[in-house]
Amino acid sequence: MSIRTFAAIDVGSYELTMKIFEFSGKNNMREIDCVGKRIDLGSDTFVKGKIGNEKMDELCRTLKEFAGIMNAYKVENYKAYGTSAIRETENTAIVQDQIAQRTGIKVEILSNSEQRFLDYKSVASRGESFRKIIEEKTAILDIGGGSIQLSLFDNDTLVSTQNLRLGVLRVQDYLNHLASGSFRTESLIGEMAMAQLGIYKKLYLKDREIRNLIVIDEYISPWAVRMGREEGKEVLERSDFDMFMETLRSKSPAQVARYIDIPEERVPLVFISAVLTGTIAQLMGVEQIWAPGVTLCDGIAYEYAEKIRMFRGEHDFEQDIVACALNISKRYMGSKKRSETLENITVTVFDSMKKVHGLGKRERLYLRLAAILYDCGKYVSLTNIGETSYQIIMATEIIGLSHQEREIVANVVRFNHSKFIYDWQKSGEAGPDRASALVVAKLTAILRLASGLDRSHKQKLKGLKAVLQDSRLLITVDAQEDITLEKEFFQRRGEFFQEVFSIEPVLKQRKNF
Amino acid sequence: MGEINFFSPKYYTNRELSWILFNHRVLNEARDKSIPLFERLKFLSITASNLDEFFMIRVASLWDMVNAKYQKPDIAGLTPAEQLRQLNRVIHELVELQYSTYNRSIVPQLRLNGLQIIGRHEELTAEEADFADRYFEENVYPVLTPMAVDSSRPFPLIRNKTLNIAALIHKKNSKEEMEFATVQVPGVLNRIVRLPSTEREHKVILLEEIIERNMHKLFLSNEIVCTYPYRIMRNADLTIAEDEAADLLKEIEKQVKKRQRGEAIRLEVEAGCDKRLLKILEAELHIGEENIYAIDGPLDLTVLMKLYGMEEFPHLKAPGFTPQPVPQLPSGCGIFDQIKKRDILLHHPYQTFEPVVDFIRQAAEDQEVLAIKQTLYRVSGNSPIIKALAKAADNGKQVTVLVELKARFDEENNIVWAKMLEKAGCHVIYGLVGLKTHSKITLVVRREEDGIRRYVHLGTGNYNDATAKLYTDIGLLTCSEAIGEDATAVFNMLSGYSEPRVWNKLALAPLWLKDRFLYLINREKEYAKSGREARIIAKMNSLCDRDIIGALYEASAAGVQIDLIVRGICCLKTGIKGVSENIKVRSIVGNFLEHSRIFYFENDTQYEIYCSSADWMPRNLERRVEILFPVDCPELKEKLLHILQSQLRDNVKASILQDDGTYEKTDKRGKHIFHSQEAFCKEAIAEAREASGEENGETRVFIPEVHHGDGE
Repeated sequence: MSIRTFAAIDVGSYELTMKIFEFSGKNNMREIDCVGKRIDLGSDTFVKGKIGNEKMDELCRTLKEFAGIMNAYKVENYKAYGTSAIRETENTAIVQDQIAQRTGIKVEILSNSEQRFLDYKSVASRGESFRKIIEEKTAILDIGGGSIQLSLFDNDTLVSTQNLRLGVLRVQDYLNHLASGSFRTESLIGEMAMAQLGIYKKLYLKDREIRNLIVIDEYISPWAVRMGREEGKEVLERSDFDMFMETLRSKSPAQVARYIDIPEERVPLVFISAVLTGTIAQLMGVEQIWAPGVTLCDGIAYEYAEKIRMFRGEHDFEQDIVACALNISKRYMGSKKRSETLENITVTVFDSMKKVHGLGKRERLYLRLAAILYDCGKYVSLTNIGETSYQIIMATEIIGLSHQEREIVANVVRFNHSKFIYDWQKSGEAGPDRASALVVAKLTAILRLASGLDRSHKQKLKGLKAVLQDSRLLITVDAQEDITLEKEFFQRRGEFFQEVFSIEPVLKQRKNF
Repeated sequence: MGEINFFSPKYYTNRELSWILFNHRVLNEARDKSIPLFERLKFLSITASNLDEFFMIRVASLWDMVNAKYQKPDIAGLTPAEQLRQLNRVIHELVELQYSTYNRSIVPQLRLNGLQIIGRHEELTAEEADFADRYFEENVYPVLTPMAVDSSRPFPLIRNKTLNIAALIHKKNSKEEMEFATVQVPGVLNRIVRLPSTEREHKVILLEEIIERNMHKLFLSNEIVCTYPYRIMRNADLTIAEDEAADLLKEIEKQVKKRQRGEAIRLEVEAGCDKRLLKILEAELHIGEENIYAIDGPLDLTVLMKLYGMEEFPHLKAPGFTPQPVPQLPSGCGIFDQIKKRDILLHHPYQTFEPVVDFIRQAAEDQEVLAIKQTLYRVSGNSPIIKALAKAADNGKQVTVLVELKARFDEENNIVWAKMLEKAGCHVIYGLVGLKTHSKITLVVRREEDGIRRYVHLGTGNYNDATAKLYTDIGLLTCSEAIGEDATAVFNMLSGYSEPRVWNKLALAPLWLKDRFLYLINREKEYAKSGREARIIAKMNSLCDRDIIGALYEASAAGVQIDLIVRGICCLKTGIKGVSENIKVRSIVGNFLEHSRIFYFENDTQYEIYCSSADWMPRNLERRVEILFPVDCPELKEKLLHILQSQLRDNVKASILQDDGTYEKTDKRGKHIFHSQEAFCKEAIAEAREASGEENGETRVFIPEVHHGDGE
């Protein structure tokens, strides 16, 4: 049996962590080592805008040690991800290059939505426990240093996710400025949270009753994990949490540190995290809380294991991303039927053209998302759908998609309506990189063709089939009604398709009597 | 009845006074006529070296406190000054007993057995005197540095712990005042000088007597008025004993600057020393009368250890014991395969320390081993462990070694081989800031067919193959995943990384260990309160932590039966009504130094048993890195329990702490004599024999070697 060893490195805002994992056989993932060092990159980035030399040295020194540890375990691959502190520093590229030069470790940047998605995956990696808990209405609260992420589940699919700037370090920073007495701290945090959560409730939660809350954090999780161990249960009752809250309120930091067994310096952060959790639990009417104690490193490993096919979770994450898109579409009054038809057509065309476009599974997903979101901008303006859709998509987080990926989707939607931009430099926009621009072009061509096929928005075409024949794409449809309009549009919108693929799309109607 | 305050000083014994009682128990061994004579000699020597160390560390530190005007009372409510006062009295008593033992018992007995120690050179026969003088001229004279003191030559620096001879001299044929002169007895020469002997009678004389006899040759134009040996102990150790509070440390640092270097805190002189000479010493050394010890016999009895080394008297020594092989680890076995089969408990010195060395040796050579990590506290001179570690690094393994440089008296020694390890390519950590690393743990990371497996050795004693023949210690070899994970976390912490989120099995000082002990003690208390059986048996070297003792008192008051086996210091008092009636304390002082720490907790129906590198002392629990590990395997738990029970049965080497604070040997009348250390020796031999019998195959069936695959 082959064993594969992998290292996951999280260059966090507050701590640098590396976990070593071992994969043996299907779904057998084992953590064999975990080293962490506190390096407060966040305060440099968030306050000064840049990571200073001193922190840089410390970071490199520690990463070099990590490289040594990886060596000792004969690790065959690794992934190192930087989060907000690296992402938001002004000189990200320089920092990345310096780390690579000095330590040999390549640190990649995670966007917020990717990071949250990995966190979420790490929870999902808990298999059975996760599957069971999301059978009921569940929310995930992912508490980070700069912000928190709230995601909602419906029928075991993720339906919405929202980022709120309520991270513990940020809140602590506010509190420091206020310098109020400690007895007011709790209500202050509560107020601060409710200011944002009130709107959140109106927009997303409405009357939904959430029964379970999954908490991902590094602050109250250690307590929850230990408590769970002692009590022999994974999921804690709300009352357990309330008791914990009471302890935090009534004890001195030193006592709390002893009680939950953490360094004293962390106590204020634990308090903030607990108040946030409590406030949200109250708002949602949560009855059970599960803090599995997973970290970003677990998610990184999970993702890697999936990639090398050593792991296959039961949960369909792609479905989550699609569900999120559907929800966004719904919020902006998109037609469900229409987007379903469009999705169907684009996917059929995409699949029949595999040999020609050379795109993969991930690009297929972009196309589906673009089809779903293809006209969300009309909520804002009926004449300028392309631009407004683009803006909406760029401003809305879709969990699991990186910024770059989101840009592809947004551009595909945009060019479905507006003029394609061939040369970004001339256009004066930043635009996607070359490879992405090509993907945008190909997907746009398919989406344009597809939307031409459903021009009347009446879903007249049934039983769509697409076959590639030499330099022609034969699209056969069953239609009883007149499809003159479609034919006309198909031809017009097919021009771009032909330009991109050098394939002529041909529409054939098959009437069944 | 009012609430009892279990932490009241009246329930506690001062640790220094308790230590003196311990040294008395060692002295009792020297006085025990049932013990071979040369063994008694050794024990007497040990009391002397013990006392020296006690002065240098403990008494010196009390002096520091007094000088710094530090008034904080100790656990028993005594200020440093009061402690010094009381110590002074009991130390004088102890010394008197040492020398009456020497003069009245040891020396006459030795003479009866054919070894005569000539106490005074005046007692030499003419022939012997000739020999002595020749010896002086040939061997001693060249290395002596006599020093006289007069107006132009100041009083010389007398080195700590050295033996010196003071003399009063004055110029021949002159009426000038007498002068003081001194000469150091050279440490490079053997202090025991053999005189011409017959086969039946051996004679020795001490070097200082020979020098005294020839003193006039050192100060040729002078007349020698009188000569007396003397020895001083200085407060030279400017680093404060780690047991004291940090606030004290600052205070002392200030004082150190003001104070002249290394003031004398003890002066030993031969009894009957000339008053004038003594006055000069007193004045020059700035030492008070109460700190002068008039010695009736040779100064510095550690010399007796040299006498013990004489080879002509094997019949007067205890027969040596050879540590036995460990049955679970037959010679030549693959140690990792054996550990994989089951956890293995090692009981030193009854069982050999070789497996521990082997563990590292095999790891160094094993292809599959990725990394070796170890903490080292005190290592023997030519340590095979160090060699194996260096070899491992050479073979490309990742080797991490934490070398504790702060180990008392060993600093220089440690630095030398730490450098050597570094050269060999090991990653060496030179201790932790502000903490001594006292834990004994080794981790071997091995890549096996089904993934990483970790092999761990945990022990109660140092990785020192020399002391492992003398100290009783416990070691555990295991590849339990839970302990392996914890061991990895321990080394990560020692390397400066964050603490793990949870510990599976181990408890670490200074962060978690004390709480863990308090929890375990309180759990027994709760059982007792709810009317269930509750019992604690704990074996350690010293007990002086206030919180632990308080918890034990509370547990006892609740009805927990507590048996403590404490070799050395014990600040707990037994038999106090409502406080400690259920606590019994015994101390075992035997041929082997009791060193293992084993802790038994009844835990209702499922007893738990732990071993540790830590004593119940504040320094162990609060200022050191220590490890407590449970032994889970039922078979091994029984073994440990058997060790504890045997020690509780011991009625030969055990002394029982009485309610008045003294120690008494157990009453043996009408009882079966049981000597636990001897019993362990016999058991180890029997076990080894039984195992080797099985190995040789008493059946006649051939056993083919087959490959069993990986289904172990």
